[in-house]
Amino acid sequence: MEFKTLLFYLFSTITVIAALRVITARNPVHAVLFLVLAFFNVAGLWMLLQAEFLSLALVMVYVGAVMVLFLFVVMMLDINIERVRAGFWSNLPLGIVVGGLLASEMAVVLSGKYFGLANLPPQNLPANYSNTKELARVLFTDYAYPFEVASVILLVAIIVAVMLTMRRRKDNKAMHSSDQIAVKAKDRMRIVKMAPEVDLPASGGDKA
Amino acid sequence: METMVVSFLQSALGSAWPTVKPVWPLVWTLAKIVLILAPLMLSVAYLTFWERKVIGWMQVRIGPNRVGPWGLLQPIADGLKLFFKEVLFPAAADKKLFVLGPVMAIAPALAAWAVIPFAPGWVVANIDAGVLYLLAVSSVGVYGIIIAGWASNSKYPMFGAMRASAQMISYEVSMGLGLICVLMVSNSLNLSEIVMAQSKGRFASYGIDFLSWNWLPLLPMFGVYLISGVAETNRAPFDVVEGESEIVAGHMVEYSGMAFAMFFLAEYANMILISAMTSIFFLGGWLSPVDYIPDGFHWLAAKMAAILFFFLWIRATFPRYRYDQLMRLGWKVFVPLTLVWILVVGIWMMSPLSIWK
Repeated sequence: MEFKTLLFYLFSTITVIAALRVITARNPVHAVLFLVLAFFNVAGLWMLLQAEFLSLALVMVYVGAVMVLFLFVVMMLDINIERVRAGFWSNLPLGIVVGGLLASEMAVVLSGKYFGLANLPPQNLPANYSNTKELARVLFTDYAYPFEVASVILLVAIIVAVMLTMRRRKDNKAMHSSDQIAVKAKDRMRIVKMAPEVDLPASGGDKA
Repeated sequence: METMVVSFLQSALGSAWPTVKPVWPLVWTLAKIVLILAPLMLSVAYLTFWERKVIGWMQVRIGPNRVGPWGLLQPIADGLKLFFKEVLFPAAADKKLFVLGPVMAIAPALAAWAVIPFAPGWVVANIDAGVLYLLAVSSVGVYGIIIAGWASNSKYPMFGAMRASAQMISYEVSMGLGLICVLMVSNSLNLSEIVMAQSKGRFASYGIDFLSWNWLPLLPMFGVYLISGVAETNRAPFDVVEGESEIVAGHMVEYSGMAFAMFFLAEYANMILISAMTSIFFLGGWLSPVDYIPDGFHWLAAKMAAILFFFLWIRATFPRYRYDQLMRLGWKVFVPLTLVWILVVGIWMMSPLSIWK
């Protein structure tokens, strides 16, 4: 057995176990961490497919940023696990139907001869082939406009999310750094010139 | 090097060599990992000593001077002490995650060294997507802090974890955007090629190589990267994560003994990593500053030492940032600055004034 095959089975076993634990773990924080583990192993699988850019981007974006925010939210929420689990048996038939549909569709795509995945041309890549460069070339030439449109849509989504959640409170006492920096000493404090010592009047007046 | 060792082993083991051969790549890689991590751990130990000495001198104190000659055995004594202390588990802690926290903190700090080139060819994995690998691995480091903070099941660790993760994610953005300029001018994601790209240029042809390094044309990015690096490692003046006067020690409050020491090892290993990355991206890695002196690993070491001294220097001189000021600096100053500079560099590269042809 080749070493890569061994790695493939290692990664895929951990992925499947972690994915199962995501839905069976009792503690939501544990579930999120298992999802992180699953992502990590999928990244390993992609690396085996020589898609190093996508694999590292998966770790960077999903593991490094998205799942951290997920973890934030889950840690903040006080999720009542008993209540979430209450409807398990009544929702099970629907869940089985949806899951079965997903699995069968995947099977059709992957194993069927309708999509031609079986007869893809063999990949004879030169030694200096760079996955990153090829991806960039496609993204910024053939698909430049769809790429730009997608990024603008994402930007709009970010701005909308900020605008929807932003509320200005009247009793907000936040300070603005620029105002603080712009403060000058003479706005706050007045220095009065005065003589350090005052001579008493000559000893003529105070005869007691 | 490898062929020498292999031929020696072949002659030494004789007929036993074929049984060793399948696991040879594993053994060789492990040997290289040990060769990097052992000096790294030693540097971490002596960085803590150097930090206490430097800050002592800056504050007109002597610093540690009791254990061994000039106090040189102090880090060893500290390590021994922490090693023999009991690791306490709080009653309400999530035991498994409580152990996982320090592990997740230190693992990325060590894993990132796989792609750092120390000299031409001195690198464990000379991969094409080295910069991406560094970004990916260092973005995983935040999990150690979050897990530790949550698993402790206590207020201050939770606050510390929240502060740390928000801070690290924010400054990762400006670090990543700053790096984009470096990638644009060096036209590669491979760290060795990024270093070699800095050996070319007009000043390099005059023999004053250090003016051809990335720090000069990308000066704003150099500043952003260095300061973001300080914030990314949660060091002073950005150490609100463990600000003693506010939240005791943040995510490390409930930890003791070696578990506590792991966080410290991770922090110092990350400092050394950031200094190595800054040297490679902006200060020409192992290249020598002038033409007539040969290049070599010692140049990288000297540059890293200078940046590490900068880390200690600012710790002794600056007061701690307030949290809202810290977020403002990251999002409202650094991110716009990097975005504008990416545009500037892009236009510069396309114009006839480009120096990267």
